[in-house]
Amino acid sequence: MSKTIDRRGVLKGAVAAGAAGIIAAPAIAQPKWPARPITMICPWGAGGGTDATARIVAALLEKSLGQPVNVVNRTGGSGVVGHSAIATAAPDGYTIGMLTVEISMMHHMGLTQLTPSDYTALALMNEDPPGVQVSASSPYKDIKALAEAIKAAPHGKLKASGTGQGGIWHLALVGWLLAMGLKPDHVAWAPSNGAAPAMQDLAAGGIDIVTCSVPEARAMLDAGKARSLAIMAKERNPQFKDVPTLNETLGINYSVGAWRGIGGPKGLPENVQKILAAELKKAYDSQEYKDFMNARGFGMTFADQAGYAAFMADGDKAMGTAMTAAGLAKKAS
Amino acid sequence: MQAIATAFGLVFDLQVIGVILASAVFGMFVGAMPGLTATMATALLVPVTFFMPPVPALGAIVTATAMAIFAGDIPAAMLRMPGTPASAAYADESYEMTKKGQLDLCMGVNLVFSVLGGIFGVAVLILAAPMLAEVAINFSSFEYFWLACLGLTCAVFIGTGDPVKGLLSLFIGLAIGCVGIDPAAGQPRFTFGNVDLLSGINFIPTLIGMFAVSELLRGSVSLDQGSTMVQQQVGKLMTGIGAVWRKYWKNFFRGSILGTVIGALPGAGADIAAWVSYAVSKKLSKEPEKFGTGHLEGIVDSTSANNSALGGAWIPALVFGIPGDSITAIVIGVLYMKGMNPGPSVFLQTPELIYAVFIIFILANIVMFPLGWAAIKSAKQILRVPRNILLPVILIFCMVGSFAMTNSIYGVVLMVVMGVFGWVLEEHGIPIAPLILGLVLGEMLEQNFMTSMIKSDGSFLFFFERPIAGVLGVCTLIVWGLMLWRMLPFGRHGQPVPAGETAPP
Repeated sequence: MSKTIDRRGVLKGAVAAGAAGIIAAPAIAQPKWPARPITMICPWGAGGGTDATARIVAALLEKSLGQPVNVVNRTGGSGVVGHSAIATAAPDGYTIGMLTVEISMMHHMGLTQLTPSDYTALALMNEDPPGVQVSASSPYKDIKALAEAIKAAPHGKLKASGTGQGGIWHLALVGWLLAMGLKPDHVAWAPSNGAAPAMQDLAAGGIDIVTCSVPEARAMLDAGKARSLAIMAKERNPQFKDVPTLNETLGINYSVGAWRGIGGPKGLPENVQKILAAELKKAYDSQEYKDFMNARGFGMTFADQAGYAAFMADGDKAMGTAMTAAGLAKKAS
Repeated sequence: MQAIATAFGLVFDLQVIGVILASAVFGMFVGAMPGLTATMATALLVPVTFFMPPVPALGAIVTATAMAIFAGDIPAAMLRMPGTPASAAYADESYEMTKKGQLDLCMGVNLVFSVLGGIFGVAVLILAAPMLAEVAINFSSFEYFWLACLGLTCAVFIGTGDPVKGLLSLFIGLAIGCVGIDPAAGQPRFTFGNVDLLSGINFIPTLIGMFAVSELLRGSVSLDQGSTMVQQQVGKLMTGIGAVWRKYWKNFFRGSILGTVIGALPGAGADIAAWVSYAVSKKLSKEPEKFGTGHLEGIVDSTSANNSALGGAWIPALVFGIPGDSITAIVIGVLYMKGMNPGPSVFLQTPELIYAVFIIFILANIVMFPLGWAAIKSAKQILRVPRNILLPVILIFCMVGSFAMTNSIYGVVLMVVMGVFGWVLEEHGIPIAPLILGLVLGEMLEQNFMTSMIKSDGSFLFFFERPIAGVLGVCTLIVWGLMLWRMLPFGRHGQPVPAGETAPP
């Protein structure tokens, strides 16, 4: 936490830069971007993982662009509020934002009209695969035992949690169950208000499985109250070397993930896109970014503009299929 | 142990100490101004704390509220106008003492016993919270459902004079809390296609509106009504305190214990703690006929109680995320903002921040002594600040705070609407505290109910199957039974809190 960016410092900088801008304004004739502070909208609350990622990216951009990059949290509505604010901002390059996996999910549920194609994709910065966590007192010592128990259990007997109904970790469970040839609701989903309350309920014995990402489960894992049995990814996370993948243990090649990237409203000017894409790549490659993400245990995945746009479009399609299978998608829209 | 050392490092930092001192002065001022409450002090601090790391942010709130609750005693004794509702219970008594020429003794007792009461409440918080957290780590949605039920019931049962009006207020709060995304199914409700409403009724702008804006409206209505101050010099404050302690130390402990317990009960804070302990003191006193004529005994009880209630209110707020009073209702919002989601896991994840809060609590009560002394000495100057300048300045702070919470004009609109609504409610004798608690706990209640029903495959019996859940459930049902009994005509008896005096702090 102590590494997060001092907002007061950012503001002071903003004021100073603003004043400097006013004084210098008459001297500059042609528009040079960025000429004033940039706003980065974060659709999730201060203190969370998305906020932390947004702030480190903002700090790195600020250094390279020479203008303050101010992170503004627009929270609520399962991310709809913040994502709407990014999409409807003026496409002048002074408002960008953090896009998260929810943008490929919310419109299937009928929460918003917005889809990934309503944004200018700039760069994918992070991806975290879901894990499979059980309580420390649980009888399932490894993922094989748990998978056998799930198959043997009657429909709806076992309960899992990790986020709200239709959230990313719910879909992770659904996908895993489908891959095992089971019904999407074979393990019942108990909605929770995020990963932390779900992990607490797991430790308290209220539920059997939590499918949040391993970094989110870290506090309870470190406290010895829970165990992580597997991750649903192509490779192991170097931060959690002992946790195997589903593929190497069960032979199920299923992977999905919560991702975060930077985007802007549709129609950003060409020169702005070019500068931002280059600077984001530089930020991703910097040692500071690597140290920060490793300290948090966050996974690092990068995709450039075209790659990120394709990644979002693919993810959107896959989510649509999974959500329809799980009965979560709203048909009409 | 490592965490405690880290906590000391976090607190004894130049910036943190500076913030604590500045918010202490701010709290003294707000508390001493009649019409400005400790809750308002907290609400006004929210936009400032937004730009601070967690420790100074929480330090500012802890310190300002402790000071404000004490400082409310000053105008109570000098003007017969309580500075905060928490001093209302013994304002008459203090004023009578002043008229008898005992202002020095009265202020001395208020200061010393406020400090001691505050430290008592903190001691209980430090001892009880980590122990409760150990227990609470085993709580599942069933237990949390019953805790939310108990909290909401308490708010109506003890927090208000008239249970019917309390229930009305509570249900308005629960109804407002339904706006937004359904916590279980993830579907939008009552949003009318509006993106801002999708995020629900943000409760900090609501709180600022209900507690601060409605108070400003009330203040602007009665702007011209001045009050005359007793012309008296403040002399030596500490003379005779030793004798008071020897005579009334039992009252101090009784008041502090009552205050801490009432503070820890959801929905009731320092003001109700003061009323109840004053009433208890009168009932158990050997010389009840002296009460109301400038007698010290009740003051000792209630001035200790209202300060100890502050520490008590943090116990359920930190351990369960259930606010003990309207101040901690705001604190919970700040905790979420800082990524310290209240609940037992915060004691595992960031114990150093919890210890830092404890250290600040102790510091605040120690600092209260010299600063309180200075405030008493300079009371005349503080009370002379013209209200027609003060009120608009406060309104600006309210707007900044509300904007900061949503980063959009939505927060400001919400604040204004809720401010007018809250004012109308209070003018009709409907208390606001249950409404706020309904709004804060509504989602917790619904979410845990739905989750529990999914886990139990739709069976109600599961709500009593786990041992702790069973006990909590039975307690809730007993309290409901008692409430029904009280509401029936033959079950009615004396209310501990006089109706109309229940404005939250």
